[in-house]
Amino acid sequence: MNADSQTLMQTVNFVYIISSILFVIGIKMLGKADTARKGNIISAVGMLIAVVATLFDRQILKAAEPMSWALLVGALAVGSIVGYLVAKKVKMTSMPEMVALLNGFGGLASLLVGWADFYYRGMTSSISNMVSGGLPTFTLVATILAVLIGGVTFTGSVYAWGKLSGKISGRAQVFKGQKIVNAVIALASLAFSVSFCVVGDPQTAHLCLIASIILSFVLGFAAVMPIGGGDMPVVISLLNSLSGLAASAAGFVIENNVLIVAGCLVGASGVILTVIMCKSMNRTLSNVLFSGFGAAGGAKGGKVAGEMKPMSVDDAYYVLEAAQNVVFIPGYGMAVAQAQHAVKELATILENNGAEVSFAIHPVAGRMPGHMNVLLAEADVPYEQLKEMDEANRILETADVAVVIGANDVVNPAAAEDKGSPIYGMPIIEAYKAKTVLALKRGKGAGFSGLENALFFRPNTRMVYGDAKATLNELVSKFKQ
Amino acid sequence: MDIILLLFIFTLAAFLGFELISKVPSQLHTPLMSGSNAISGITIVGALIATAGTKDCTFATVLGVVALVLACINVVGGYFVTDRMLAMFKKKGGK
Repeated sequence: MNADSQTLMQTVNFVYIISSILFVIGIKMLGKADTARKGNIISAVGMLIAVVATLFDRQILKAAEPMSWALLVGALAVGSIVGYLVAKKVKMTSMPEMVALLNGFGGLASLLVGWADFYYRGMTSSISNMVSGGLPTFTLVATILAVLIGGVTFTGSVYAWGKLSGKISGRAQVFKGQKIVNAVIALASLAFSVSFCVVGDPQTAHLCLIASIILSFVLGFAAVMPIGGGDMPVVISLLNSLSGLAASAAGFVIENNVLIVAGCLVGASGVILTVIMCKSMNRTLSNVLFSGFGAAGGAKGGKVAGEMKPMSVDDAYYVLEAAQNVVFIPGYGMAVAQAQHAVKELATILENNGAEVSFAIHPVAGRMPGHMNVLLAEADVPYEQLKEMDEANRILETADVAVVIGANDVVNPAAAEDKGSPIYGMPIIEAYKAKTVLALKRGKGAGFSGLENALFFRPNTRMVYGDAKATLNELVSKFKQ
Repeated sequence: MDIILLLFIFTLAAFLGFELISKVPSQLHTPLMSGSNAISGITIVGALIATAGTKDCTFATVLGVVALVLACINVVGGYFVTDRMLAMFKKKGGK
């Protein structure tokens, strides 16, 4: 290596340090409301300069011929255009599945980087008489980790995307002996991984790698399959963490600092976020991942006494018209019905009518933490009206009306009272404390988790059936008359 | 590069990551997840190297190009999606 290329390499690595600093600052700022947007831009700048610096990487300059530049620029252009378009086109309500899908792409990319590196260095290297083409065991271990984690992240994310977007059933899919099957798959992939690292012969190692890739894909599906749609936020958060670790492992493969640091930052912060989310449901991570919670035919909790009492929109109007203190409790149903703007309109009218209005946000309402906040922000609901769970429960004690819009498990009193219920112990928004509960619901079916909601059978609850958005619009027009 | 050095920075980065987001208001969890998801697209750097560094090996190059496109979608899509979400909070904060 001559002096010039050494200086260049040092410069590239120096830029990587700056990138890493920008990522750290970016994540830090993303955690505070008033700096979040700037933080995202700072982290994007870090990404941009890392990509630009990489173009001056020794290996890329070495390959500086028209053909490979065309490939690089072409691939970057295609990826940028597709990424930009999906980001602009996606509806705010489908944001969670979008994040899941993007996350899957990142995982698959890390897998492919590991595979490409092994295929190139391990299979075609001139020193292939050494262990697996002369690659040190450390690199092989990093490669197999990037491949396994990346593969699990990919299919797990795609499955989560399918569940969230309704392309496949949101229910947990469980069958007899599932845990054993999953354990066998995991052990088999472990066996192939170990063989990959120790087998020596590059051709055999490559076959082991391919077997590991296939098994990691199966494992990703199999691991997410028994998890109910209601727990998808936790799963996506965990998969997000995994995709960071996959990138980090890929960084060990190509011995690149910025991949290791950035991937690890994401991996660690994803774990913290996952734990926070599990805590807000009062469950442990292993309970979420392995309990098959909400499966068809699974535990249903105690029988719910009483009956659901329907109420017409006309009567709901009179109830709201007389109310002094109204609390809206949004859930995923609001997102599905795209009802956030209608909710905001009704809230404004109620305020002008002299009522006190607030929104009770359960930490896991919707499909991701903060999902409801994003939607309500889109509809211009003032920040001060959004109440977190503890404060919301204090307000509910004196509230005249609680309007439950497509929320289910997060207002189910069984979580507090029914020891047999699978969601027993989960903190809830205590909607039942309000004098009257209006539950806007599409039909009589059970919620996303598959549980009957005891709230709907309470004497002070009235069901207003129909599409939430249509119901809300009807209420708005009645107020306007 | 020294393996120990690489593991060393990995370990420090892990602890830094744990500390960074220990106290985040819940409404920022989704943008934070989305924003850090974009950062995990850093594997785009690996994809660039894998694409350009394997020019005489078609199969590896193809893997690299696919990785590059996917990582690029993850990065660009991730940042724009996050920005869209945060832009809404901004509007609200201005009230």
